[in-house]
Amino acid sequence: MKSVKQETVLLTTSGDVVVARQKVRQWAMEMKFTLVDQTKLVTAASELARNALDHGKGGQMVIEHVENSIRNGLKLVFEDRGPGIPDIEAALRDGFTTAGGMGLGLGGSKRLVNDFQIESEPGKGTRITVVRWK
Amino acid sequence: MSKLPEMISKHQEAIRADWLKQMSGAVRRADLMSNEEIDSQSRELLTTIASGAKSGGITNLDGPAWTPAREALAAISASRAKQGFTTSETAIFVLSLKQPLFAMVRKELAASPDAVFDEIWKATLLLDNLALITADAFQTTREKFIARQQEELMELSTPVVKLWDGILALPIIGTLDSARTQVVMESLLQAVVQTNSRFAIIDITGVPTVDTLVAQHLLKTITAARLMGAECIISGVRPQIAQTIVHLGIDLANVITKAKLADAFALALQRTGKTVVAMDSGNAKKTLFKKEE
Repeated sequence: MKSVKQETVLLTTSGDVVVARQKVRQWAMEMKFTLVDQTKLVTAASELARNALDHGKGGQMVIEHVENSIRNGLKLVFEDRGPGIPDIEAALRDGFTTAGGMGLGLGGSKRLVNDFQIESEPGKGTRITVVRWK
Repeated sequence: MSKLPEMISKHQEAIRADWLKQMSGAVRRADLMSNEEIDSQSRELLTTIASGAKSGGITNLDGPAWTPAREALAAISASRAKQGFTTSETAIFVLSLKQPLFAMVRKELAASPDAVFDEIWKATLLLDNLALITADAFQTTREKFIARQQEELMELSTPVVKLWDGILALPIIGTLDSARTQVVMESLLQAVVQTNSRFAIIDITGVPTVDTLVAQHLLKTITAARLMGAECIISGVRPQIAQTIVHLGIDLANVITKAKLADAFALALQRTGKTVVAMDSGNAKKTLFKKEE
């Protein structure tokens, strides 16, 4: 996977979630994703950015245009320095929530993208990497 | 004891003339402000500074003696914030007083260089403080302006309209965050009671992203309306939103959803036992609803 260009969005207030969404939409449009794919990416970004903010006490999103030998993709990396996820499997299960939400954000985002990877260390923070290919 | 207050009072007019002369085009901004206005502003400001310095000293500007000067500065920066000046343009207006003041000090105390330095240092501190007050006031005005706009936007963006007897519509535009949901829910429930409505159509055509938070807020609003005896119909579900909702796994099975507001309205009319007919229809009743483009 080769990086074409990248940009970082800081996530410290709920207003930043809106900025993150707008950035992802703008990049997805520039890369000529279909409207459905744009919406999927934006929605996944919205979920994961809010997670980083609500659970991780703020962090950042790195948005990156990547390409491999055959296709282009949009990669989003969400990093926070929160308490980490003790049980990733449980967190991915639909309906599992610790903050009174619907419990669909993490599992739902996974279904909205092609590649999905969680790295989390209790006490250190969480990094979620997602890629949607064209 | 500083001689500065005395000197300012004594040479007020001379300082002011010099000040106006020094003001560069950028500070003056003839496009935004008339000469008369700048003339009266500079006179008022210098008078209040002179009186503040005389009775309140020049090191501490928090006392009551400086209140008129602080108020004058606040008024000047507030008017400039509205006129479209930048922060630095507003601060420079005050800071440009330095040169005439220093020149005056040098002329007055030409005999003793030590005293000149001493007084110039005090004048610098005084003007820096005044400039900081100006910048603070400028910022405050801008912040108030933004806060007011946010409030206006909040009210503007959640209108509840009556489509027919017993049928309400609530077009939502923009991001549906917690604060907006609260306003939406309140105005919808209020309208349900006031108009005795049985149907409320929530149109989400103007909501760019429907994620789990938005969905949860929508479902809460619908449940609350249902408790009050009103059935909600969600309209404006675009194809890309529908697909995203399915992938997210949000269950909207208990909610009536329609692609278009017109469809939702037709359904609500039908449920309330009404139908729309063309005037010249004769025997063949024909609905007036045309498909939207």
